[in-house]
Amino acid sequence: MSDKVPGQITYDIAEREIMSSGHLACPGCGATLSMRLALKVLGPRTVLCIPACCWAVIDGPFPYSSVGVPLVHCAFETAAITATGVRHALDVRGQKDITVVAWAGDGGTFDIGFGALSAAAERNENILYICYDNEAYMNTGIQRSSATPVGAWTTTTPAEHPKEEPKKNLVEILGSHRIPYAATATVAYPDDLNRKLEKAKNMTGMRLLHIFSPCPPGHKSLESDSIKISRLAVETKVFPLYEIENGTKFTLNRESAGVPVTEYTKLQGRFKHLTEAELKQMQERVDYEWDILMKRIAVFA
Amino acid sequence: MEKVLTGNQSVSWGAMRARAQVIAAYPITPQTTIIEELASLVSDGKLDARFIKVESEHSALAACIGAEQAGARSFTATSAQGLALMHELIHWASLARLPIVMADVNRAMAPGWTIWTDQNDSLSERDTGWLQFYCESNQEVLDTVLLAYKIGERIKLPVMLILDAFFLSHTAEAVNIPEPEEADAFLPPYEGDLIVDVENPRAFGGMAGVDYYQEFRYMQQEAMLEGLKVVEEVGKEFGERFGRHYGLIEPYRCEDAEAIIVTSGTVTSTARDVIDEWRDRGESVGLLKMRTLRPFPIDLVRETLRGVPKVGVIDRNICPGFGGIWAQEIKAAMYDVDQADRPDIYGFIAGLGGRDVTPITVNEVLEKTLHPEKIEKHLNWIALKA
Ligand SMILES: Cc1ncc(C[n+]2csc(CCOP(=O)(O)OP(=O)(O)O)c2C)c(N)n1
Ligand SMILES: [Mg+2]
Repeated sequence: MSDKVPGQITYDIAEREIMSSGHLACPGCGATLSMRLALKVLGPRTVLCIPACCWAVIDGPFPYSSVGVPLVHCAFETAAITATGVRHALDVRGQKDITVVAWAGDGGTFDIGFGALSAAAERNENILYICYDNEAYMNTGIQRSSATPVGAWTTTTPAEHPKEEPKKNLVEILGSHRIPYAATATVAYPDDLNRKLEKAKNMTGMRLLHIFSPCPPGHKSLESDSIKISRLAVETKVFPLYEIENGTKFTLNRESAGVPVTEYTKLQGRFKHLTEAELKQMQERVDYEWDILMKRIAVFA
Repeated sequence: MEKVLTGNQSVSWGAMRARAQVIAAYPITPQTTIIEELASLVSDGKLDARFIKVESEHSALAACIGAEQAGARSFTATSAQGLALMHELIHWASLARLPIVMADVNRAMAPGWTIWTDQNDSLSERDTGWLQFYCESNQEVLDTVLLAYKIGERIKLPVMLILDAFFLSHTAEAVNIPEPEEADAFLPPYEGDLIVDVENPRAFGGMAGVDYYQEFRYMQQEAMLEGLKVVEEVGKEFGERFGRHYGLIEPYRCEDAEAIIVTSGTVTSTARDVIDEWRDRGESVGLLKMRTLRPFPIDLVRETLRGVPKVGVIDRNICPGFGGIWAQEIKAAMYDVDQADRPDIYGFIAGLGGRDVTPITVNEVLEKTLHPEKIEKHLNWIALKA
């Protein structure tokens, strides 16, 4: 690690790289940076199960692979259960120390794979489920998912009729399964992401990490703004960083920075059709959700 | 050891003797007792395996895919709606070249809701790249579980063994169960070579461009063709060890036959009795039992039916808009036989949705096949209510 320069932020991130270059991600892809950071923590004794999603493409075409660990591609709706099958097989074969990770997009997690995910959580399967959330079906060309925020443009929620429904609250729902660990994270906070990965890796049972991942082509944002957008998602309270242990112990990892939501939306073309009144509504919704989170934290503190 | 077992128990005992390591299944009548028994065998410690109690058949097969890819011998069982729900993954298991074994208890598709037997569920999976064995007795069911693993693991393809709802699944008969050591000697532990290995990381099933995909299919087809040999070879070895012989087909009293009827599943046992009666009366009729649908034993079928004047195929299934599926297969196999030796092939649909196929049914099929003047060649419904 380099010496600290005054005013420069440094993070305690492992220097080892498990992932290699040669992958097929778009520039500025938050999901790809998430994987690179995750593998640094998870290490080489990791197996990834990846369903249909951008990441099924990013890894590279047969016979290449860029992740540097075994990767089991699986059907769109089967990340959690494929990982479960791999886990049990490795257990019966005496390879209990290997971390089995389901790595899926928001579509594969919030929507089509939700049944299998909920079932794996209910059985408290010993897997680490990581959802990189770019808030739409990006692989198929930016269609809405139930993780798409209210008001956002996608190709199935055009600007004249943007998405009307609020985003599904995945972490709360998984928390309600009383799994050992459910947490949010995002790439602008690699120290927080690291700590959560490390913590999750060393736990047994079902663990869920929900990583907000900017997507320049899908969010209509600048490639160079991905980290900024990721940070603003937290600073505006749009995507709070928090953890739930055993379904009831809520912990907030970042206080509110009090930044208005418009600072976040203005960097993304997917929100550019929103009127001032609509943006005000969005701010109200964000504040409302934040208040609920604060109340939960207070109740179980 | 001899025990009185239902068809479903025979499946469970087969999976136990095969030492399945990961079992994932979801209940559906008439498969349920298979997995109930396996669940208790596992929880009693009589079978050293993991039983994953999944929330759907789709997840059952996905779990087996994950487990098999990570090197464990896996097993599942289902019926009808459950099999159809798995469809996407049935293709997946074969293209991923994973030798999973699944029992399908043949049950007719809804609606109307029915739990009774016919073959439309498994035949709808004909083109998915699984080997399919249709069983006639509980003994054959148990033996086929062991055969299935040995064959599938040799050629890296998944295997479905199929038994009729209730006629086998819930009917008890004496079954010889191989001792554990005998079964182990026949079927050693699974040693997959292309499996998850952190020391040698690979991606399994990634994007295949136009440069590769067709070759994957070619290799799958080659494996099926190899399967034709392996089924016979492994069946022979099984016969030498256990005294019970299984091949791709079973011709019965087909010498100099004027007419042969073709059957699969439990209809075969009924037909065998009827053939005996006719033969005892001096009639030259025979029976061809189809045990294997895939790989389809084209050469053996041709050998058996070449030069036979008339063939009647009993289909406990229907491909709506065409006809009986076995008839279609048999006709396709016989097309390349010289015209002079090519039989007239008559299709009969019978026993759908569990309707009994009795000796009366089989007699009618034989009569009509021998005297076809008043019937359709392609498709004839038996015991259809007016
Ligand atoms: C059963 C099934 N339905 C649809 C698809 C097509 N499909 C592939 S990826 C995808 C969207 C994935 O969205 P998400 O999970 O959010 O991942 P992203 O592409 O955004 O990374 C869809 C709809 C599929 N592969 N399988
Ligand atoms: Mg997405």
